[in-house]
Amino acid sequence: MPHWLDLMLQSLGPLLWAALIFTVPLTLLSFVLGLTLGFFTALARLYGPAPLAALARFYVWIIRGTPLLVQLFVIFYGLPSAGILLDAFPAALIGFTINVGAYSSEIIRAVIASIPKGQWEASYSIGMNWSQALRRTVLPQATRVAVPPLSNTFISLVKDTSLAAAITVPELFQQAQRIVAVTYEPLIIYIEAALIYLALSSVLSILQDRLELRFARSAGALEPST
Amino acid sequence: MIHLSAIEKSFGGVPVLKRVSISVAEGSVTALIGPSGSGKSTLLRCVNLLEVPEAGTLVLDKETLHFTGQKPSPAAIRRVRRQTGMVFQNFQLFPHRTALGNVMESLLVVLKWPEAKARQRALELLDKVGLAEKAQAWPAQLSGGQQQRVAIARALASSPRVLLCDEPTSALDPELALEVVEVLAQLAREGTTMMIATHDLRLAASVAHEAFMLEAGEVVEAGPSAELFTHPRKERTQRFISSLGNDVPAGWPTAKAEA
Repeated sequence: MPHWLDLMLQSLGPLLWAALIFTVPLTLLSFVLGLTLGFFTALARLYGPAPLAALARFYVWIIRGTPLLVQLFVIFYGLPSAGILLDAFPAALIGFTINVGAYSSEIIRAVIASIPKGQWEASYSIGMNWSQALRRTVLPQATRVAVPPLSNTFISLVKDTSLAAAITVPELFQQAQRIVAVTYEPLIIYIEAALIYLALSSVLSILQDRLELRFARSAGALEPST
Repeated sequence: MIHLSAIEKSFGGVPVLKRVSISVAEGSVTALIGPSGSGKSTLLRCVNLLEVPEAGTLVLDKETLHFTGQKPSPAAIRRVRRQTGMVFQNFQLFPHRTALGNVMESLLVVLKWPEAKARQRALELLDKVGLAEKAQAWPAQLSGGQQQRVAIARALASSPRVLLCDEPTSALDPELALEVVEVLAQLAREGTTMMIATHDLRLAASVAHEAFMLEAGEVVEAGPSAELFTHPRKERTQRFISSLGNDVPAGWPTAKAEA
């Protein structure tokens, strides 16, 4: 067995384990929480009273305008000076959630705004109120449009979680760094880590395709499956 | 049964309706005609409060609303919308629901009917507009005429007292428009109260009992549609009707027989 393959196989276990207990949960949790935050931020900007809309705009401005790595450092290394001490994982979770919230709010705002006014009016005309129209008519259509751009956010997030290594979260990339420190084989180990990220994002791409296909069917764009 | 009196509405300071008053009797069909920008669609949209007038009064059965520039209460809006159904120029079916799903929507969501009862009512309505066999089709799979007929069934689902039709045939080519006209004519014969904004004279002639000619936010002329279309008193009405083409005489005799 060639040396590089042997090394890869040996480190595969620890790397996958780190991915499984840190990278994947961090990605999933911060995506779900971030989407929720992004949804309400989008609603605040679209329909909220002026001060709330301004606050939402301010939040998006700050987060989009500063580097994610710096945000993570402020939360993990900076906040303790203000008396707020967080463990590495929660700090990373908060950082990624806030980041996803800002970026996804822009996507959600755009897709909600893209649903024609006539769809709201049709909903109102059959007696729905605002929240019924949003829930039953607008969001199902907006969700369909949002799948590709939100999938982008999701896939970026998987890779961005490697930044958590810098605030001591022992996720996939930090695990790779540790193995390199012992084996002095940066090329092989980092390529292996990269391949695992590639595998994770490929799974997400496949899920995206499936989701798009399902939405296409349920609007009659394709022949419904019988 | 519907009285709009002294309705005023402006968009961005430009008046669109200038103290317009119209009454519609129960079981009758009223056509609103006039050039683009005359305010006929806006007037129709004032009846179900998609537009809220700045001044005037709306009486819809037992509901009376005096407009003062403020938005009516949600409860009042809900009561008005329950008594009105609306058909839009470009159908506005919900693309993510089947024909059946579109018709069931108000029954399930607004009236909270159980699924089975809503389904049965929706199927009856689809049958009424001649689309029972398309119940499971998606809007994208239907022709424009079929989509508009589903939209009519959707508007009728919660048994409104008046059906508001905003240019129901304008987005359709003549052949597809005809199937929509036939459905609306059938509803008229059954005594459905309707207000129709249109410049499809075939539709107006074969369905309407009363007609109002609007221009620049004012009623130019009003009267029984047979008279207004064949012997308009005002020169403006005459000019407008002749500009629409010559399909009145062809459609007219049948309409007269029905009226």
